[in-house]
Amino acid sequence: MGAGHTHALYRDGRSPLHRLPPQVKLVAALSFVLLVVATPRTQLWAFGVYLVLVLAVAAVGRVPLRTLRTGLLLETPFVLFAVLLPFLSRGAQVEVLGVSVSETGLLAAFNVLAKATLGTLTSMVLASTTSIRDLLKGLERLRVPRSLLAIAGFMVRYLDVVVGEMQRMRVARAARGYDPRSLLQARAVAASAGALFVRSYERGERVYLAMVSRGWTGAMPDLGTPAATAADWARGVVLPVAGAAVCTAAWVAAR
Amino acid sequence: MSAAERVLEVEGLAFAYPDGHQALFGVDLRLHRGERVALLGPNGAGKTTLALHLNGILSGGAGQVRVAGLPVEKRTLKEVRRRVGLVFQDPDDQLFMPTVAEDVAFGPANLGVRGHDLEHRVHEALRRVGMEAHADRPPSHLSYGQRRRVAVATVLAMEPEVLVLDEPSSNLDPASRRELAEVLLSLDLTLLMVTHDLPYALELCPRALVLDGGVVVADGPTRDLLCDDALLRAHRLELPFGFDPVRAGR
Ligand SMILES: Nc1ncnc2c1ncn2[C@@H]1O[C@H](COP(=O)(O)OP(=O)(O)OP(=O)(O)O)[C@@H](O)[C@H]1O
Ligand SMILES: [Mg+2]
Repeated sequence: MGAGHTHALYRDGRSPLHRLPPQVKLVAALSFVLLVVATPRTQLWAFGVYLVLVLAVAAVGRVPLRTLRTGLLLETPFVLFAVLLPFLSRGAQVEVLGVSVSETGLLAAFNVLAKATLGTLTSMVLASTTSIRDLLKGLERLRVPRSLLAIAGFMVRYLDVVVGEMQRMRVARAARGYDPRSLLQARAVAASAGALFVRSYERGERVYLAMVSRGWTGAMPDLGTPAATAADWARGVVLPVAGAAVCTAAWVAAR
Repeated sequence: MSAAERVLEVEGLAFAYPDGHQALFGVDLRLHRGERVALLGPNGAGKTTLALHLNGILSGGAGQVRVAGLPVEKRTLKEVRRRVGLVFQDPDDQLFMPTVAEDVAFGPANLGVRGHDLEHRVHEALRRVGMEAHADRPPSHLSYGQRRRVAVATVLAMEPEVLVLDEPSSNLDPASRRELAEVLLSLDLTLLMVTHDLPYALELCPRALVLDGGVVVADGPTRDLLCDDALLRAHRLELPFGFDPVRAGR
């Protein structure tokens, strides 16, 4: 089957990072990103240290640099926004390569870029060492309501099916001489969007029947994810603790 | 015949969908323990509607369904759904969990099976359909035939007494179709198989029913029914070109 979304970022492996329970990785990644965001923008060195930390963790997880680089494409919209900032902001001007730009704007741009990059890299490391399946299990351990997780799980499961249905409808339109460039034919697209909705809705109804006939009464069964051990947590806190040290130092230096 | 031997009894079952369309007009049928029965009939005959009554997913019309003597009603639903396993036509409707093993575990987990017992049931069900090597894969990465077999396993894991299959051979290539037949023949269960595939019915089921216009119009040995040209023609049933039910399988 097509997209293989379950493994788009995930890379199978046996690194220590792969083996760490998902809930530990989730908590570690989230707290690290929060610390990065909370770091004062003027302390440029702190972001350099963060970068080293993330890359070190990526190395432990044997995440190839190529994967990280691909992930950074996700960041493109932020980059465009950041590039504009120095030109749009007011205040003290500085010369960069002979062009006069706003100093605060430059700092703001760096701030957006550095934080977005670190955030993206952290998520990339998490995503390439944890399958979606494990992420959901980790969230379950972290007490996210099971019905929400079931919805997320269904989304993952049926994405391929719905995308496949969408593609078949597109082919069916094209096969009957549909030309997407003509505005007059926009109606056909609207109609197939409606049809896609109805089909997905009917699919939902059939899936519901299948669930009911296997004894479902409204509660998703427990997935039985094992709890993380103290040793797991001890390994998991290394990154956030290092991050917290950097963040504190940055705040002290900024005063 | 004792009541215990009658695993499935349907009496005077009539049903109209909420939009007013009447699909069943008084269906009667009886299945004995261990029987394998084919349910034949043209498109729109009401076969799927009937199947959905057998474990109480649809109800509310006239008549009654009894499973191992137990009337299908709100009070008995849980027990009935454990005893009657329904395999839907489209495996994508049946397989909704992120991995094969979790999907197979869904039914027994709903019945309260946990831990080691649950693992054992999942493994056993997957082994019976020859899919144990794929336990941890997402269903969307399997071939259609493999998904169909996993769909059968999801129901087997509930250890049902009656297996109801809605068009199990549709969309399968000849090899997958044969593999599924081998799986179904290896099961020691009462089987009701809805199908348009008449040679398949003959191969798997000694007895067949013909449903048309919401009533059972014929009931007998599959070979006899398939040899009755007038019956087949009257109910829009057609044998594949060149297929001779008299000689097939003999
Ligand atoms: N949800 C529904 N609402 C209203 N009418 C329905 C619904 N589902 C089926 N019907 C109607 O009930 C009748 C019987 O449908 P059913 O799906 O049971 O037929 P079937 O024998 O399974 O046909 P097929 O061989 O095409 O699967 C048909 O006329 C159909 O149009
Ligand atoms: Mg049907």
